[in-house]
Amino acid sequence: MKVAYWPGCVSRGFTPELHGSMARIAPLLDLELVEIDRGACCGAGVIAEHNQELADTLNARTFALAQEVGGAAMMMNICSTCQGAQTECQERLDANAEYRAHVNETLAQESLSYEKGLTNKNFLWLLVEEFGLDKLRERVRRPLTDLHVGPFYGCYIVRPVDRLGIDDELPRDTYLALVIEALGGTVIDYAGSHKCCGFPIITMNKEASLKQAGRHLGDAVDARADCLVTPCPLCHLNLDLQQPLAERVVGRELKMPVLHLPQLVGLALGVPADQLGLARHVVKPTAVIDWTASVVAGVGESTAEG
Amino acid sequence: MSEFTLRLRRYNPESGAPPYWEEHTVDLEPHRSVLEAILQARARFDGSIGIRCSCRAAICGSCGVRINGRSDLACHTHLDTALKHSRDGVIEVEPMGNMPIIKDLIVDMEAVHWKKIQRVTPWLIAKQPVPEREYVVPKETMIDVTQSMACIQCGACVSDCLSMEVDPEFIGPAALAKAYRFVGDPRDDQHFERLQDLAEDPHGIYDCTHCFACIDACPKGVAPMSQIMRLRRLAGSDHGIVDANNGERHEEAFVSLVRQYGLLNEAELLPRSYGGDSPLAKFKPSAQKELVSSLPAIGKALLRRKVTPAAVLKPHKLARTDLQQIKKIYETVEGREQRFELNLYITGYDEELEGAGAQPAVGSVGGDGQPSAEHGQPGQTPGGSPTR
Repeated sequence: MKVAYWPGCVSRGFTPELHGSMARIAPLLDLELVEIDRGACCGAGVIAEHNQELADTLNARTFALAQEVGGAAMMMNICSTCQGAQTECQERLDANAEYRAHVNETLAQESLSYEKGLTNKNFLWLLVEEFGLDKLRERVRRPLTDLHVGPFYGCYIVRPVDRLGIDDELPRDTYLALVIEALGGTVIDYAGSHKCCGFPIITMNKEASLKQAGRHLGDAVDARADCLVTPCPLCHLNLDLQQPLAERVVGRELKMPVLHLPQLVGLALGVPADQLGLARHVVKPTAVIDWTASVVAGVGESTAEG
Repeated sequence: MSEFTLRLRRYNPESGAPPYWEEHTVDLEPHRSVLEAILQARARFDGSIGIRCSCRAAICGSCGVRINGRSDLACHTHLDTALKHSRDGVIEVEPMGNMPIIKDLIVDMEAVHWKKIQRVTPWLIAKQPVPEREYVVPKETMIDVTQSMACIQCGACVSDCLSMEVDPEFIGPAALAKAYRFVGDPRDDQHFERLQDLAEDPHGIYDCTHCFACIDACPKGVAPMSQIMRLRRLAGSDHGIVDANNGERHEEAFVSLVRQYGLLNEAELLPRSYGGDSPLAKFKPSAQKELVSSLPAIGKALLRRKVTPAAVLKPHKLARTDLQQIKKIYETVEGREQRFELNLYITGYDEELEGAGAQPAVGSVGGDGQPSAEHGQPGQTPGGSPTR
């Protein structure tokens, strides 16, 4: 499947291993990524907080660029925050023809135009809804047997449910668990899976922000998770990059590795750990990877290949 | 009639015993409410079950509880729906979060919710002189504040607030939505004072972590978080309030960095959020202090090559032609005399308006001219009226 691929900013900035691992696993999932490299930052809700029309116009431009990708089935992103912020803008653009025309008038300066009804799915949604869990199961070469994985979704991809189209038919707030299971891992149920990592207030109330990260990581430790997996690079910043500081705030050792979704998928598909950028994390995923053999911990030699 | 099993959280602080779970099976039609099930359990099995309720019709806001982990009104949740969302076929009912428990399912609203409501001066301070006859308010402005006025003070948003969970002093979604009700009202005389107060409070508008939990929790479509974002927009952009919590600085730095680079430049965003929107911000004492306190994280990030010096010094940037286009968008949008904002609560969706007759897309409301409380119920299909 060919998609207009929106990597977002952070996956090309402070979490380059996300962008890299997504590109690495795409061919294994028959995905052709046509990168939208001309689009601007989605605004992560902050630009909308400053000026709604500005955020809507910048994202309409990205949507228009995505619609220009010939043969693409849809737009795909790899960031919960992009998904949420872009869906919010798209909701306004799609709701009102007059407003859409008003925004398109600004885009007309560069001969771009957004047409209502773009499909923009996070890799997680695409994996479950388009690729399918059965097919994913078939492609697993190194099942994550005995690996205990805690899902961490990121607020923007689970709320508000009606805007994101989450309902009984599309239970998108359960997809991480479904994917972990399909990859052969064990899902860890813990209090923080759908809560906020605290990132948005890191510069405003650092203590509260780190307390959120530290508490959820601690809950995952208590539930005996080996690692967390997240589709959100901003959550990754607060849960991984800031983990040494979060440990100080909550007063306990955490040492909880946090994987990006494509990394976890990649491991199960047999991609060597060193090709997934796992060494770049602040918290070394030693609980997940046996570095000497480059296999998933707990799996043993019999399945060590690829 | 069908059987439904409830798992109730019981707790009596006066007994000295810890909280415990208790299961009761009741007989009711699937469309009856969780509240009716609790009341039946109390009538049939245990008269000591504590639950507060009054109208039983989602108007009085007394019966807020957590059902299967989510805050809602017990009288507003059908048993079949609750069963569908239960983990193990048993409907779990707990008291709301973020508030002390008085007994069983009854929480102390006075100690948290009402204190916070009082914190935001919840009454109109009229502009002087008060007109002899009625004060004429633009219709759209009034509809805008009706969204906040739809609040029935049930506390569901307070219960699910993820900021309050770590910072109990956070003013919180219900009270801040109430604050917007007056800041958004042209008859109020204290817009600037109210905004400055809420922006400068370390537990005010910039303490909201933008998690959307209050939007999903609210049974009346108030969308408290959207009102908080409106307060921020008014405080920072319209009133130019530069707060001590870095709220406005963070926003300014973010917006200006995207204008300059097209993409987010994380290495610059952090120092500028503390030191102000300038490349020299990192040399300011406030930013330096922050950088030093973050050294344990920065050091590890450099060590693991997560963040490379090259990436910091030469950040990712869009191509020149794209940057010019983005600059043009900024100039066009920010150059408008008045900020343009589409409020879906006022306008609704195109399809809905078409269904209601030939009405203009902007500046109109639903068919009856009144956005009733039902209009913005969360959980409706996308065809319904939005609640944000």
